Amino acid sequence: MATPLPIKRGLSFAYVARNLIARKLTTILTASGMALVVFVFATVLMMAEGLRHTLGGTGSYNNVVIIRQGSQTEVQSSLTREQANLIESLPGLASADRGQARITREVLVLVNLPRRDGGGLANVVVRGTTPTGMLMRPQAKIVAGRAFRPGSSEIIVGSAMTRGKIGLAIGDRVGFGLRDWTIVGVFDAGGNGFDSELWGDSEQMMQAFRRNAYSSVVVGLRDAGSYDAFARAVAAQPLLKVDIKRELAFYADQSEKLANFIAVLGQTITIIFSIGAIIGAMITMYASVANRTREIGTLRALGFRRGNIVSAFIQEAALLGFVAGVAGLVAAAFMQFVEISTTNVQTFSEVVFRLILTPAIAVQVLLFSVFMGVLGGVLPALRASRLEIVDALRSI
Amino acid sequence: MSALISIRALSKTYRRGNQPVPVLLGIDLEIDAGDYVALMGPSGSGKSTLLNLIAGIDKPSSGSLLIGGVDIAALPENDLAGWRAAHVGFIFQFYNLMPVLNAFENVELPLLLTGLGKAERREHVETALAMVGLAERMDHYPNELSGGQQQRVAIARALITDPTLIVADEPTGDLDRQSADDVLKLLDRLNRELGKTIVMVTHDPKCAARARRLVHLEKGVLLDHADAEAH
Repeated sequence: MATPLPIKRGLSFAYVARNLIARKLTTILTASGMALVVFVFATVLMMAEGLRHTLGGTGSYNNVVIIRQGSQTEVQSSLTREQANLIESLPGLASADRGQARITREVLVLVNLPRRDGGGLANVVVRGTTPTGMLMRPQAKIVAGRAFRPGSSEIIVGSAMTRGKIGLAIGDRVGFGLRDWTIVGVFDAGGNGFDSELWGDSEQMMQAFRRNAYSSVVVGLRDAGSYDAFARAVAAQPLLKVDIKRELAFYADQSEKLANFIAVLGQTITIIFSIGAIIGAMITMYASVANRTREIGTLRALGFRRGNIVSAFIQEAALLGFVAGVAGLVAAAFMQFVEISTTNVQTFSEVVFRLILTPAIAVQVLLFSVFMGVLGGVLPALRASRLEIVDALRSI
Repeated sequence: MSALISIRALSKTYRRGNQPVPVLLGIDLEIDAGDYVALMGPSGSGKSTLLNLIAGIDKPSSGSLLIGGVDIAALPENDLAGWRAAHVGFIFQFYNLMPVLNAFENVELPLLLTGLGKAERREHVETALAMVGLAERMDHYPNELSGGQQQRVAIARALITDPTLIVADEPTGDLDRQSADDVLKLLDRLNRELGKTIVMVTHDPKCAARARRLVHLEKGVLLDHADAEAH
């Protein structure tokens, strides 16, 4: 007799896939349970991503935010007029009109506005800014109405504030700082954090809120390389007890706590849910092994090895996970149409953001789902492979 | 003819709890290449156990079992699986086809363990299905075939790797008389035209009468060797 034939391949993928299809109802029920977990996991990741995108994309790289030393946010900070003047005289700043430094002195106040859904009040950021400040944020474009006039009680609102819980509109009058302010325009900053703010004239805001100090000063650097020179100049000034940060990094840092909180909470829930889903997959796969005992015995008799059997059952469980993953992901994709309005725990202000599904999240979620399936399939697969051929063939 | 299967003092004892249950008690048997042997005996006589040992899906407790000069009892598990894939064709009482695979794919299964390419596999499968008269049914699933047709698919699967030895466990036990006759005719052809060595377990004397040789077992020992140069 000839020597044993070399093993070239195992059971076909068609065999694996059709066994899942053959048990339609069980497969659908198990996959649905797993898909639900995938949906929750994907949604949480999309939420954290959306938040990071919104706040992380706020501002410009060449702008530098200056706040009082030790204050984490603009709301907590105060800078005197003298300090602002001193900053204006430092080297490294870009020029605005007539050789003036490109600088904007801003006031940030949190005001309570009624929520349209009747859910009480929402903390909204009101930013007193300047015409230069608007020039320094070219991404914020007026999309309806016009810009506020300096020296007036006019404000413009970020596009996110016209939707959802707050729902402001041009022509509305909003009361804060002992005055009524008229909304004359809507600006859109491309979905970043500015879209959740109300902007008006900085000096008018100072008067209305009885402030004699700014919240922050934002300067435009001459070029990308000027940051270090500017930072050194700030450090050399004993009167300037301030923290400086590039504008992009400043706002990105403000999203970290909330994004991490959402991610950690979501992942904890997902892990707990996924244990249930893995047990579900395991029960399904054990049932599959039990129903196919004689089939497994036959395959072994025909010459398939234990490894071939393990591989087939694990592939089946992985496919179950993959199908569930795709279903959960498709459902989660619809969540991109949802806009969430919530309070940023770091700044105590309302932030509106969309859920974002990135390719990285899709891959991560699919891998997670396949992993759940495989984990559920390992023990049943090993059990299938350990069956004695003769015993397995005798089963009904 | 030279002996293909050489069995010396073969014993098999199962354990039921702590209780040893002897099933085969020192069997000596030689089966020549090209022979067609029917193993007969009452239930519990050990005939299926002997067939399982010859097929390499069970291991003896003692004694020697050489098939084609290979001591299959000594082969490690994976080598034994490879040996079965290459040298043994199985025919079961209840056909044991994979319900999710069609006739073509069921017959192709053993070829997935060989190095044959897709086109070669197709050619082999088509030839085997044509031989059992089911060339037209290759796309049908087991539940779309009658019992007799399913058993013919199983025979095509047993043939597909061109094994030396075919083992059949009650191959007609679940079939009506006509289908049983078709299956037995096929086994005759495999033996006479293709020279396959067939070892078959059966209860049915009419079925056994088709074999060249009858081997009777009772309570784990061979009774006699009745040469049945049938038909």
